[in-house]
Amino acid sequence: MKKTTKQKLRRAILYLVFVLAVVLFAVLADWGQIQTSFFNLDVAAEMLPRVFTVAAKNTIVYTFTAFSFGLVLALVLALMKRSEIRPYRWVANSYIELFRGLPALVTIIFVAYGLPIALDIRIPGGLLGQGTVGLGLVAAAYMAETLRAGIEAVPRGQMEAARSLGMSRGAAMRSIVLPQAFRIIIPPLTNELVLLIKDTSLFFVLGSTPVNKELTKFGRDLMTQKFNATPLVVIALVYLIITLPLTRLVAQLEKRAARAR
Amino acid sequence: MNENVPPIEAIDLHKHFGQLEVLRGIDFTVDAQEVVCVVGPSGSGKSTLLRCVNLLEVPTAGKVLVEGIDMTDPETDVDAVRARIGMVFQQFNLFPHLTVLRNLTIAQQKVLKRSEDEANEEARKVLERVGLSDKVDEFPIRLSGGQQQRVAIARSLSMNPDMMLFDEPTSALDPELVGEVLDVMRGLAQEGMTMMVVTHEMGFARQVGDRVVFMDEGIIVEEGPPDDVLLNPQHERTQRFLQAVLRQ
Ligand SMILES: Nc1ncnc2c1ncn2[C@@H]1O[C@H](COP(=O)(O)OP(=O)(O)OP(=O)(O)O)[C@@H](O)[C@H]1O
Ligand SMILES: [Mg+2]
Repeated sequence: MKKTTKQKLRRAILYLVFVLAVVLFAVLADWGQIQTSFFNLDVAAEMLPRVFTVAAKNTIVYTFTAFSFGLVLALVLALMKRSEIRPYRWVANSYIELFRGLPALVTIIFVAYGLPIALDIRIPGGLLGQGTVGLGLVAAAYMAETLRAGIEAVPRGQMEAARSLGMSRGAAMRSIVLPQAFRIIIPPLTNELVLLIKDTSLFFVLGSTPVNKELTKFGRDLMTQKFNATPLVVIALVYLIITLPLTRLVAQLEKRAARAR
Repeated sequence: MNENVPPIEAIDLHKHFGQLEVLRGIDFTVDAQEVVCVVGPSGSGKSTLLRCVNLLEVPTAGKVLVEGIDMTDPETDVDAVRARIGMVFQQFNLFPHLTVLRNLTIAQQKVLKRSEDEANEEARKVLERVGLSDKVDEFPIRLSGGQQQRVAIARSLSMNPDMMLFDEPTSALDPELVGEVLDVMRGLAQEGMTMMVVTHEMGFARQVGDRVVFMDEGIIVEEGPPDDVLLNPQHERTQRFLQAVLRQ
């Protein structure tokens, strides 16, 4: 009896603190200032339609290019990691450890600026090519681990049944094991996609032209140009428009997978 | 095919898993059109022996000859030989992401290089034979255990194998579903299929088996006509095993 009274009291205090904080914020904040700096409709209107037709489009194109490149590389790495040949496993493991341990920014800078200086290798395709290769190299390390886990989650009997029908290891992998592995890892792969969407903002280090800016660079340049934070609010909303459906999708897929189990 | 070469022949077969010696010198033969039932206590190496025949397990020593072809010879095209050996697993191992029809056609097309039409035709033929013509477009998960195992048998049959291996095909089934699978197997035996069957179904072994092999601790303890081995076992270990089975 005493205990519940105490709990109720604590609860009441917590609510009170919350209400006080909100009231204090509302009273002290300069609403006029906030509106002109963050929610300036004129500035926002100026961003249309290019925030969608250029910036969001670029973000999506960069993301899918890096994702596709990363996924192909990840598949190679995952298969190497499961190879019977030790040097292959060793290479795959080292790759994964290396690129998971480095900031993505370092890899992107290395691909874009390090390679040309050090080896006179220039990845073609400008920002699209260099940025997505750099980001894809990093993504591959993460996705390789995901893929390997997916492959290992497919029961061994599947490979054995396929082999006992005379299918080669490669054919069994391609048409029996991998399709099931991919189904299992759709949720973590979608998460990886969301991370990549956000990581394309790192492309700001590669400089830009008016047509190849992704969302962050686009918003940031406009912010400094207009001396107003509204562009950041707008691009934040656009990011959410892209990522929220994906994260919701993942949540739903995971719920369904949990139910199926 | 040379009629005198037995479909399956094992010569002094050994298999180790690390320190564990699972097969300790197995010699045996399965003749054409013969149905051999392998019985024995859990862990005696029955599955391992079966899996050595199509090289799902690689023997540590000794030889496995399939239609005279040495499976352990590195020069042997193991995939080509496997295509002629049907294998049915305890857990069915159907491909869950494919329809029943596709389960039956994928290897026909990829291994035997049959056209889609040929493969479909063959698949429908064997599905009818196992009584599942109405399930062609279902996914495996929608079928009962007995139906799944019949699809698995049909999948093997669609490759027109020369012989069939069964590893406890009814052990994962509810008792009321065992009969439908055994019926299909009985039909196969009557049509002259060469079969090697690991089973705990002593009734099936007696009725359908031409020969029963009793294994224990990695060796063949006793083999012979079903009635001899199952009703009048000579070895004490066989007697003990059969008593234990009958008591259940
Ligand atoms: N891949 C493996 N690695 C290590 N040990 C194994 C492996 N496969 C089988 N064994 C062991 O080998 C022994 C024989 O196994 P096997 O599956 O051949 O027996 P079994 O006669 O088929 O038994 P059951 O009736 O339970 O199926 C067992 O002790 C088992 O644990
Ligand atoms: Mg077994």
